[in-house]
Amino acid sequence: MEINSFKKNILEKKYSRRSIIIGASQLILVGFLIKQMRQIQLNETEKYRLLAEENRIDIQIIPPLRGLIFDNDGTLLAKNKENYRIRIVKDKDSNLSKVIDDFSKIINIRDERKIQILKKLQEQRSKSSTIIADNVNWYEFKKIVANLPSLPGIIPEVELQRYYTQSEILAHLLGYVGSISSKDIKRISNDDPILQIEDFKIGKVGIEKGLDKFLRGQVGLSKYEVNASGKVIRKLSEKQSISGKDIHLTIDSNLQKFSMLRIKDFSASVVVINLMNGSISAMVSNPSYNPNKFVEGMSQEDWDVLRKSKNQPLANKAISGNYPPGSTFKMIVAIAALEENLISPDDIFECNGFYELEGRKFHCWKYSGHGNTNLLKGLEESCDVYFYNLAERVGIDSIAKIAKKFGIGISPDLPLSGISKGLMPSKNWKKINKKQSWFTGDTLNSGIGQGFILSSPIQIAIMTSRIATGLEIKPTLIKAIDGRPVTYDQKKSLGIKKRTLDIIRKAMFGVVNNKKGTAFNSRVVEVKNNLAGKTGTSQVRQITEDERKKGIIKNEDLPRNQRDHALFTGYAPNINPKFSISVVIEHGGGGGKVAAPIARDILLYALNGNMPSLEAYPFEERNNVDKILNSIKREMISK
Amino acid sequence: MGKVFYLHWPVIFLILVVGSFGFLMLYSVSDGDYDQWSKPQFKRFMVGFVIMILMGFISIDFWRTCSPFVYVFGIILLSLVLFFGDYGGGAKRWLELRSFRFQPSEIMKVGLVMFLAIYYDWLKPKNISKIFWVFIPVLIIALPTALVIPQPDLGTGVIIAMTGITMMFAAGVHFIYFFIIILLIPAFLALIFYSRGTSWQLVTDYQFNRIDTYINPDKDPLGGAYQITQSKIALGSGGLEGKGFMQGSQSQLDFLPYKHTDFIFTTIAEEFGFFGGVGLLLIYSTIIIFCLFSAYNNKNSFGRLLTIGLSTIFFSYFFVNIAAVTGMVPVTGVPLPLISYGGSAMLVVLGTFGLIQSAHVHRLLKRD
Repeated sequence: MEINSFKKNILEKKYSRRSIIIGASQLILVGFLIKQMRQIQLNETEKYRLLAEENRIDIQIIPPLRGLIFDNDGTLLAKNKENYRIRIVKDKDSNLSKVIDDFSKIINIRDERKIQILKKLQEQRSKSSTIIADNVNWYEFKKIVANLPSLPGIIPEVELQRYYTQSEILAHLLGYVGSISSKDIKRISNDDPILQIEDFKIGKVGIEKGLDKFLRGQVGLSKYEVNASGKVIRKLSEKQSISGKDIHLTIDSNLQKFSMLRIKDFSASVVVINLMNGSISAMVSNPSYNPNKFVEGMSQEDWDVLRKSKNQPLANKAISGNYPPGSTFKMIVAIAALEENLISPDDIFECNGFYELEGRKFHCWKYSGHGNTNLLKGLEESCDVYFYNLAERVGIDSIAKIAKKFGIGISPDLPLSGISKGLMPSKNWKKINKKQSWFTGDTLNSGIGQGFILSSPIQIAIMTSRIATGLEIKPTLIKAIDGRPVTYDQKKSLGIKKRTLDIIRKAMFGVVNNKKGTAFNSRVVEVKNNLAGKTGTSQVRQITEDERKKGIIKNEDLPRNQRDHALFTGYAPNINPKFSISVVIEHGGGGGKVAAPIARDILLYALNGNMPSLEAYPFEERNNVDKILNSIKREMISK
Repeated sequence: MGKVFYLHWPVIFLILVVGSFGFLMLYSVSDGDYDQWSKPQFKRFMVGFVIMILMGFISIDFWRTCSPFVYVFGIILLSLVLFFGDYGGGAKRWLELRSFRFQPSEIMKVGLVMFLAIYYDWLKPKNISKIFWVFIPVLIIALPTALVIPQPDLGTGVIIAMTGITMMFAAGVHFIYFFIIILLIPAFLALIFYSRGTSWQLVTDYQFNRIDTYINPDKDPLGGAYQITQSKIALGSGGLEGKGFMQGSQSQLDFLPYKHTDFIFTTIAEEFGFFGGVGLLLIYSTIIIFCLFSAYNNKNSFGRLLTIGLSTIFFSYFFVNIAAVTGMVPVTGVPLPLISYGGSAMLVVLGTFGLIQSAHVHRLLKRD
């Protein structure tokens, strides 16, 4: 018994030891729990607090209203119009394809579009939605609203959509808005909450793009507390959206419309600059397109037609066109010669119809030649041989220096897309870009605005504006942003001698008003509105010696797309000029014959502020002009 | 009625504290709706509490006699579940008895502890570490474990096995056997993973998915790991002091799954912070320590082993629950004892404390 109780005692001790081990192990395990809780609750608490807030708060973005665009007189050009549209929401209880079929009985949806919608909804997570019908008319919208009980998941909504009141007339200038593309995202900073708005539209081209940062506005944010199923519990805070800023343009929409109608038969562009303040009064490019179609969503066929059309309706030729300036460039050559004191206006060169350089003939447009020619005659009658001589004497680098001073080969600073820089070549330029040295023949070609030189219509208008004023006119499009006028310094002198400019102006007056001038038929007989300018014909192709011998020299005999571009640039009135203009008619033929009359009519409209009166025109022209003006008048009223 | 004075009053007091805290938390997660969870929970608690006290008065010898029957009863119920069980939460764990849904594995744990306690009480001390007498309790443990795992309930299976092993350890089985077990665990795990995708796969795909989620919770934050992610957000955002009673956004806004049952600890830690969570853990630990002390001082070897085993069950409840919601072990569906909403767990937990009370009351009753 003794031994037994002793054994029992040992056993007791063993039991006790083991319960202590068990208790201790359990406490160690509890220690691990506390360690883990410390890690989550104390060390990582910031991280999890943030996540809890993200869970709890749903931020809804309130899209801002896009700023409006007005013309110089306050006419509304781009506004925000109600768009009735229908949204379909994925609802786990409803049969989507049946709903779409039922919906299609009210507003027809094509089968492939149905499949598209279904696919889009199924790709997304729960609670997703998509637009099933856009730009619905009021009648259809009403019908959908009336049938809502039988269309689960269908939500009618009203959205504000961009609308361009002038449609084609201002398409190139205003541009249009469209959905954000991946390319746009790179432009906009990535954290702009605007990107999160479904279907948000931003400016894609034109003013809409160039001034998008003003027009776009700032989003508002509503913060809601939501539960796990996304149900809103309460509103936490709201920041109102800030509407985009309104823009007033310098464009005179009547003049714009008149200009558009005046060139409607041509692939052409016109730029009119107000010389009082350098503002652009009209900028027209024909053919045009309806920007509203881009906003509403364009069909593939319409898009293909626009894109593939030969006359490039999508391009704003007034700023993106690249044409040899032709004879309008002769003023630059003359100014360069006068400024460098290389000629006196009375120096005479003889024109026999061609200029021979190292055995190669450079022809004058006038086959028989102009005979003895001084500067005035050279410009008025646009004698090529005179300018071959002048150019050779001045040299390309001096010509280029003056050309750049007058804006040729310089990108104008405008809030538009697709602005062409043009090209003003120099010896250095040719060496770098063509890997060739500059030849005197290149200088001769440059002397008459051909060869490598390229310019856009707005550059030619800038050149003329600077000749007419002697000031460094920088064209502008914006009159005011958010009601605050935007002013630019246009009073800076070009630094060209007054005498030089006076000679050039006199010659430009002669071009239109001298009987032998190349634009004599386009003269204005009212003294107060006298026109000055310069014609130009820019060659699309060189006429070969062979062709000259065969006698096909007439431009009219060539196929249209090989015919010359007709140019005219000018200003009016002759004394204290108010407006300058440049007109480029693609494949129009001679500048004097085609471009000058258009420029005259548009300038007269600008000066008059209304339809020009017939008294301004030479008697023999009035019948013809009356017909043209009347047809435009009818169209302006009807549009 | 002198027995009233022999009851372990500190444990009873702590049970009341934890239970009351539970009603408070259920009130909070129901967004201030007393009737939704707090009230039925209170009723069950009261019933269970009375049962606990009454069980404490009943002689330990009675429970001793009951022990084999409870074990066999548990085995029968588990077999029934396997063949006729009801699905709840993706697994077959419940038996429907009229309107009373009931999880037999809870009874099984208690039955196992009781049966092992009587086995070692009966076994002569000199035989304890003999291989034959070690093999018998291994079978006793393996049978319910094997019945529970295919439910599928890997977690409870592991808890049952670990409880049994702890009992064997407490009974004084030689250390060498436990070393063997420790060595066998990696081999067993390797075998489970090796069986994946074969015809003799040892655990179900559902269980494998749970394990995958545990190993890599970021793979699918809105899928299987959603619970753990949201639970950690709740814990972490609670910080040191918590967001305040009924101020936990994670639970109040329904981001937490099973916020009134398995994940209620998350709400506690979110609203009362690290202090609240650790405070609760310390109360639980104190209960365990009281129980182990009671066992230490118990002269009745059945009562002592019973107390150790039952307190181990209690420990496994709160340890596995908190370890799961803090992302330390896979989620297995173990409730937080005395707090999680649910009838059968509450009754079983209070029932085990009834047995512990009985062992405590009769701690001086020697049997020979």
